[in-house]
Amino acid sequence: MIPELGNFALALACCLALTQAVLSLLGAEGRDARLLAAAPALAFGQLIAVGTAFLALVWSNVVSDFSVRNIAENSQSQAPLFYRITGTWGNHDGSILLWCLVLALCGAAIAAFGGNLPSALRARVIGVLGAVAAGFLLFALTASNAFTRVWPPPMQGQGMNALLQDPALAVHPPILYLGYVGFSVPFAFAIAALIEGRVDAAWGRWVRPWALVSWCFLTCGIALGSWWAYYDLGWGGFWFWDPVENSSLLPWLTGTALLHSAIVVEKREALKTWTILLAIATFALSLCGTFLTRSGILNSVHAFANDPERGLFILALLGLVVVPSLFLFALRAPVLSPSGMFAILSREGALVLNNILLCSIAAVVLTGTLYPPFANLIGGVQLSVGAPFFDATVLPLAAPLILAMPLGPMLSWKRAALGPALLRLWWAALVAAVVGVIAALGWHGVAALGFVGSAWLILGAAADLGSRIRLFRIPLGESFSRLAGLPTSALGAAIAHAGLGVTIAGIAGMTLATQRVTFLHPGQSLDFAGDHWTLQSLVDQPGPDYVARTATLLVSRDGRTIAVLHPSERAFPVQRTDVTDTAIRTDFLVDLYTALGSVHDGGAEVRLRYDPLAPWIWLGALVMAAGGGLSLADRRLRIGAPAKREPRVAQVSA
Amino acid sequence: MPLTLATRRRLMLAAPLGLAAIGGFGFLRLLDRMQTGRYDPHAVPNFLVGHPVPPFTTTAAPPGAGFSTADLQNLPQPVLVNFFASWCVPCRAEHTLLMQLQSQGVAIWGIAYEDSEAAMAGLLAAQGNPYARLGADKTGAAAIAWGISGVPESFLVDRGGVIRWHIGGPLSAETIAGTLEPLLRKYA
Repeated sequence: MIPELGNFALALACCLALTQAVLSLLGAEGRDARLLAAAPALAFGQLIAVGTAFLALVWSNVVSDFSVRNIAENSQSQAPLFYRITGTWGNHDGSILLWCLVLALCGAAIAAFGGNLPSALRARVIGVLGAVAAGFLLFALTASNAFTRVWPPPMQGQGMNALLQDPALAVHPPILYLGYVGFSVPFAFAIAALIEGRVDAAWGRWVRPWALVSWCFLTCGIALGSWWAYYDLGWGGFWFWDPVENSSLLPWLTGTALLHSAIVVEKREALKTWTILLAIATFALSLCGTFLTRSGILNSVHAFANDPERGLFILALLGLVVVPSLFLFALRAPVLSPSGMFAILSREGALVLNNILLCSIAAVVLTGTLYPPFANLIGGVQLSVGAPFFDATVLPLAAPLILAMPLGPMLSWKRAALGPALLRLWWAALVAAVVGVIAALGWHGVAALGFVGSAWLILGAAADLGSRIRLFRIPLGESFSRLAGLPTSALGAAIAHAGLGVTIAGIAGMTLATQRVTFLHPGQSLDFAGDHWTLQSLVDQPGPDYVARTATLLVSRDGRTIAVLHPSERAFPVQRTDVTDTAIRTDFLVDLYTALGSVHDGGAEVRLRYDPLAPWIWLGALVMAAGGGLSLADRRLRIGAPAKREPRVAQVSA
Repeated sequence: MPLTLATRRRLMLAAPLGLAAIGGFGFLRLLDRMQTGRYDPHAVPNFLVGHPVPPFTTTAAPPGAGFSTADLQNLPQPVLVNFFASWCVPCRAEHTLLMQLQSQGVAIWGIAYEDSEAAMAGLLAAQGNPYARLGADKTGAAAIAWGISGVPESFLVDRGGVIRWHIGGPLSAETIAGTLEPLLRKYA
């Protein structure tokens, strides 16, 4: 009964989304006040319907209703409640439903918080979101219906992917999707602007918070995935340039560019066409990532649902979103008044450089990711593109980006001079250089380069804030009151830039990591990375739906025990898979990392790693997202630019 | 005929649509190829299969003395060249199978990829040495010459020094029984 209810709600949502698209767009075109007023209501209605469908699926998972094919294939009744809930989106069909839910949430968010938008623009944005949602809901209803029944229902489910039974991976998809799908809002704004043929400062101001929210979630989502790979896969890597990772990085790169170019639209009414294109491209790349992962076109370790049939449906959806948008772009972008010229050495000039470099990195990553399938298509050759390509091509593009990052915020709009900016940064440059010399003497060159970049970014951000509050130039108390009065967007930008510095320090630290794989019997010990490691015991413990084999490792330094680690291996009998659970002791400077390998002859293979600064990689991402969040709190973003606001049509009596 | 500025601008703004269309068409063809089995994204290929052993050399790796291209040219029996490392966990899993193959008389030559001599010698001393000959590739130059993407990877070299088969990843009992053993009989 509940699954049928879910299916019905899904069908209803699809109809509502279609209505939302047609009525809102027509209403905005004909300035029909009744239709314009209906747009938000339809968006809320769609959210309620999709929410009901989603809850129906969650409920069916919680009660382990194995008459639902999706649940029979992807769950089992002994799994803990938490994982039965999160398992809802741990498979293809459920994740598409989650995707629809987030999309409906975006529409409802515009309806709820878009009160400051002109009602025609708001209706157009809601209409475009409705059109996209209708396509995805149709997909969720037909080619990947999560509510299909099986008869006779099996007594037990086939079990959930054992790797997904992990807290970070359980919450990874919702956060990532909030990022991916969130970029549908800037996309809808771009389409609405193309329809209206107008992009102005107010538009830039309206679109930025939505891009910012999505960007924060995407940053967290990517970091969470990377952290999971580090602690769960058991080989201590955090980024593999795997196609699936790349396809999440691509919208992040163009989304970051979008954040910055929208500032130029807001402040200088320039880069309009470019910003529109970025908004379309970012959402298109999010969709493209979904297509690439779900169709199985790319060789990835992430085996999702590799199904060419579904791939075809998503490709059709992708085509239906991207082709009309770009067609509209080709048709209408020439109407947008071309951007005026501006000085290269200015804030907007620096932001253009940021955009060029970020998009170049995105282009390189896209090329490397798509080269293998297209090389096969054109030349019939089978090849793979791996980390060496990406390292060699991304680094030279990232280096100037990092070099310019602290300089940008120091430059003034319209026309700037390099001298005063450099003067405010000289001490940051000096310290970064000293860090570089020390690091180059002590360690590897690449690590030294990383530490220089990191110090430059963090200190550059500090110098930016310091000069804004005139630290040490005026009494300290006055500086603090200036800090409190600083627009949070300036504070947020500095923090986000420093966050990247923290991440880069972590990556540089990881290049200095050492590891050893060794076979130990209980009681045996060895010296590694300056510590004394002892395998104390190996025990088997039963869990709810697995059997765990746990090792106890003692780490001592100077005769004092500093850590007791319990790496383990869980064997899942239903799924017939083993999952490695690493044990990590961190003091936020160094990770002592252990993973258990095969156990035989009364002993065990253990992998020991010494990872300097590893946690900084993900900590930096959190700092970046926090900076974004702080910037979002800026009240200037929430209050529309008053001058260019058109009268609200809805308020005119119908 | 020179294009006017406005026309050039229009063409430039239509370029994204063109690119997307080409990309979409490519994706469509790829999906079609996948369905008809002409494209398998998961295959780990090696460009050397069917070609002679590439020029390479390895250094001494006690207990082995190292070997190079010339050593693989006139062989009394086919040789399984196995890239491995003591730090690689899948290699440890493969090790037992290699020991079995060796006991059946298969010639296995090992190349220790970016490995420390002590760690590798310790491993072979503790768990047995399946390798008839052993070389070290400390710089990774041999790995590049052979075009491997990671360890373990294995190649079957016939008696004339031509690479006949390749596997990018650890051997399994199924691969050995289903693929490797028939090939060993074929090229014996």
